Formats: sequence, C-alpha cells, structure tokens
Amino acid sequence: MRDESRPALPVNGQNGLNGLNGRNGAHAEAATAATAATKALPRNLAVKCPNCRELLVGKDWEKNLRVCVRCGYHSRLSARERIELLFDDGSFEAFGSDLHSADPLSFVSRTQPYPAYLADYRARAGMDEAVVVGRAHMDGLPIVAAVMDSNFVGGSMGSVVGERVTQAIERAAEERVPLLIVATSGGARMQEGLFALMQMAKTAAALARLAERGVPFICLLTDPTTGGVWASFAALADVIVAEPGAMVGFAGPRVIEQFMHQRLPKDTATAEFALKHGMIDAVAHRRDVRPTLVRLLRMFGAARPA
Amino acid sequence: MAYDLEFERPLSDIEKQIHGIERKGEKMKAEDRTQVRELRQRLDHRTDEIYRALTPWQRVQVARHKDRPYTHDYIKLMCDDFFELRGDRRHGDDRAILGGIASLDGKTVMILGNQKGRDTKEKVECNFGLAHAEGYRKAQRIMRQAERFHLPVVTLIDISGASPDLEAEQRGIAGAIAENLQVMAVLRTPVLAIVIGEGGSGGALGISVADRILMLEHAIYTVASPEAAASILWRDAAFASSAAEAMKITAPDLLELRLIEEIIPEPRGGAHHDHRAAADAVKAAILRNIGELERLPVEELLEHRYRRYRDIGAYTREPIGAASV
Repeated sequence: MRDESRPALPVNGQNGLNGLNGRNGAHAEAATAATAATKALPRNLAVKCPNCRELLVGKDWEKNLRVCVRCGYHSRLSARERIELLFDDGSFEAFGSDLHSADPLSFVSRTQPYPAYLADYRARAGMDEAVVVGRAHMDGLPIVAAVMDSNFVGGSMGSVVGERVTQAIERAAEERVPLLIVATSGGARMQEGLFALMQMAKTAAALARLAERGVPFICLLTDPTTGGVWASFAALADVIVAEPGAMVGFAGPRVIEQFMHQRLPKDTATAEFALKHGMIDAVAHRRDVRPTLVRLLRMFGAARPA
Repeated sequence: MAYDLEFERPLSDIEKQIHGIERKGEKMKAEDRTQVRELRQRLDHRTDEIYRALTPWQRVQVARHKDRPYTHDYIKLMCDDFFELRGDRRHGDDRAILGGIASLDGKTVMILGNQKGRDTKEKVECNFGLAHAEGYRKAQRIMRQAERFHLPVVTLIDISGASPDLEAEQRGIAGAIAENLQVMAVLRTPVLAIVIGEGGSGGALGISVADRILMLEHAIYTVASPEAAASILWRDAAFASSAAEAMKITAPDLLELRLIEEIIPEPRGGAHHDHRAAADAVKAAILRNIGELERLPVEELLEHRYRRYRDIGAYTREPIGAASV
C-alpha cells in the first residue's frame, strides 16, 4: 500500500527524471545545443493519432514531440514529459512534494471516499498530484516552474495544487527569478468544495505580490486549460503562450453549446480563438515552445536591473 | 407570503386553514379568532422547526426563491442615497452586476452586487443574473474608484455562475474574473462581501475577495452550482441534491470550516418573507463590520487579507487513503 501511494516524482534535491533520458537513450543531439527545439521523449512502435486517426510510426511521432505530422494535433503530455522537454537536463529540483490532499469535507462520491479516489489516481497516474513545482534551468537561465498534469483528476485544482503553485509564486518573488507555469486543467476540484474555489483567490493574491516586485511570469497554456485555472493564475501572466489547438476557455465548448442550444464554430474556446480575441500573446508549435520561452527569459532578464 | 416550496407543505396547509377561517370576515366569532391565533402560533412554531432542520438541498431552494430579496432590493431598503455607476467604459453595461456610490446612515460606501431579475423583462435584461466580462470590469472600475476615495467596498453575492456563452468567451470572461481576484487582493480599502443568495463558482468569487465574508443564514456558497458539480462528478445533473449535500455549501458548514466569518440571521421562514427585516439585518452587519475594518491601518488590513487567503487549504504531510484494488 505504501508503495502504491509513494509520490512518483522526486523529493527535494534528487532528480529522478534523468532516468527517462537514460532509459531510451535518445537525447544525444539535444544535449549539445541547449536552445535546440527537440528533445526526444520515450518511444512506442506505432501510434494512432487521437485526432485524425492516422497510423503513425512511433519513431516519427516521438521525433515530432508527439505532434501528429499529418493533422498537427498536439497530444497531451504528462508533467514529467513536459519537464523533460522544456528544462535543461537534470536541472529540475522539486519542492513542495510533502504536501498531500486532506479531505476537509469528508467527501463521499457514490461509494468511494475522496482519499481512496486520490490513492487510485496516485497509483494509476504515477503522479501524487496534478502539479509539480520546483526550480529549473532553461538554457542555463534559472526559473521557478509549476508544471500541471491533466492525468491526475483532470488536472483539477484543489488545496495542494493551489498551495504548490502559491509556493512557486512566492519563491519566484523572494528570489526574483522568473516564474513559468505550464497550465493544463479542467478547473476546480469538486471534491474539495469551496477550498478548491478559494485557491483561485490565493494564487491571484500571491501573483499580485510577484507583480509588485517586477518579476516576470510566463504561462504556457496546454490542452485543456479551462475553468478556475484559466480564470485565475493562468490568465494573469505577463506573457501567455499556448500550444496549437489547445482547448482554452472559461466554460469549454460542450458546456457553451448546451447552454446556447446551438452548434458553435469549430475553433470556439481554442488557443487560436483566444489569440484572435486578444486573450493571449502567441500560439506556438511544440517544437518552438522552448526557444520561444528562452527568448522571452533572455529579454526580460536583460531588462531587469542587476 | 405563501409558503410554496415542497418541504413547506405542512406550513401552507396551516396557512390555508387560517385563510379559510379569515374568509368569514365580519362573521368571525370569538372562537374563530382564538383558533386563528392558535394556528398562527402553530405556524410560527412549525416554521422554526422546519427551518432549523433544512437539508442543504432545501437551503438551495430557499437561496433561489423567486421572492428572495435581490441586490436592487437591498440597495433600495438600506441606502438613504444611491447613485448607480453604469458601464465598464470599454464595451457595455452588464445589468447582471450593478453598483454605485451609496449612503448608509450617512456613511458613504461603494456597493455592488449581482442582480438576477424579478419579472421576465428584468430577467432577460440581466441575463438571469449570469454576468459577462463587462460586468466584472465595471465592478473593477467601481472598486478602483472606491480605493481612490478611501471608500469601503461592499459586495452582495447572488449568482449561480458567470455566463457560459460565446460572447463571454469572446470578451474574456476568465481574464476579467482573474483580474478582479488580483485587484481585490490588494485593494487599499476595506472590502466586505455578503452572500445574500447563491454564491456560485468563479462568477461569485470574481466580486467576493474580501477582508470578511458574511453569509445570510440560508445562502449557499459553492465551487460550482450543485447541478454543474453533479454533472462533473457523476455525469448527471439529476444528482444535484447529492452534490449539495457532499460539497458543504451551507452557511453553518462554511462557518465551521472557517471559510466565512459570520452568519446573518434571516427573518422567520427566510429573507423572502420579510425584505425589510432582512435588509435591516444586512445593513447592521455592514455598518458594524466596516466600522471594525476601518479601524485597521491599511497595511495591516492588506496583510490580514493576504493571510486570510494564503492560509486556505487542507493538506497533510503524508498521503491519506489506500488505493482500492
């Protein structure tokens, strides 16, 4: 039992994520150029694109960073994979790993109590919560990062997600190091009731202090970023970049269609829609995300007084 | 003042008996009068009994009662003067959030709140209380003005959720709410939020980041409306009453969880039975709380407000619960 519920990501200091590289040995070319767009992810033999159903060679799929070469669909990545893809090798050092959800409402869904539900997710998703936060480097530049994972209860925000993100914001403010958040979330976590909703206010309050200190905050929106996360810290970044096709919206297209009783244009509540309506700054292909973020970090870094 | 909710059936039965006797008018005898008096006593007694033991789902129905006083009613009943500030100066004037500069017993405050609409015309006009981005931006404009003139801000919360429609997305509802959370967190003047009916989701939070949150006795405050939560949790909005039960959304529950500061008692049978008494209670609570908050130096006020939110969260150092096999 203890084993199953063990946090999947490393605690302070140790970095188990290097293991991913070691196992598949496929990052040789990435190691040389730190700004290189591509760093390989673990391989499968053949993959069917979840969007266009095209059968793709696993090798190509991985080489293209799990973006479909045919339709451009950007598949969802786990937090581990994101970290692997974005940050300098072995540079990620997690903190806040000793925080776990309590069950303040003694919430029972049908027959399963919330703690058992979470334990199932810990075992299944290989994550101990929907976000991992820590220090990292990108092309040698220090950042504080929070990386979300939609595999864990839909990336929903409860007390732990709110607290870890807030700790990341506070650390960035204290150390005057830029903050990067990779967002993906279905919204607030119902099982924590109002505690979950209040995390929106908590993170926003911490960001107000970060802004007062003049520390830059960049947010990467990935599929899907909706509800309470989009309506709080994700929308408050100085620069917002999204991956193509990512669902980005307050309500999400299904809810909007139900509410309005009509079919909506296909791009409703996507990254492209958000760009068109002035809600975000850029839509960047996965291979361009890292170089884009590094450029931003360099310029913001140079702008700050020593 | 009819009792018309399903769980109020025993009360409406007594009411019917009273009306039956009173219909005699002039022909009422002494014993009829005695009987009416006794029935009224019984009605009060039963009302207290039933309202003391309301289930969460019954409270949802009271909080949503069609005759419940809305923001506009409270403003009319509480303020000796009120001038409405309209429009966000960017896109439009959202009638689902209204606010302005007000005088309460001679004390000037900025007051704003959600408006659901009483009759069909008003309901349509204010989109059934579902606010849009311009509503939150108007609220922000009013709050910044309050800060400039050192006026306390009072917000009245009564919304099931922000509008989930295309226009809301096009005009950036999420960003508008997020900005308000940030602005309110550091607003350099006292902020008091009062949930008068339904507090639902980000739509409610967007005007309720405050130094203190008060709730009317039968109001609810929830991360998502019970219907929305049920469809997220169990893919079926029909389980709304279970969601209301499970999510701890009532004023007593939230006070116990220390997520709110105070409960304002409602008149017998709920605020909709006596708007005047409800408004008097709310007004007294506003004046007392604002008075207390204004005594704090602003830096201390802001530090308290930061801690109020910073400390919200329930976590442990070790994972709890074992995976089911």
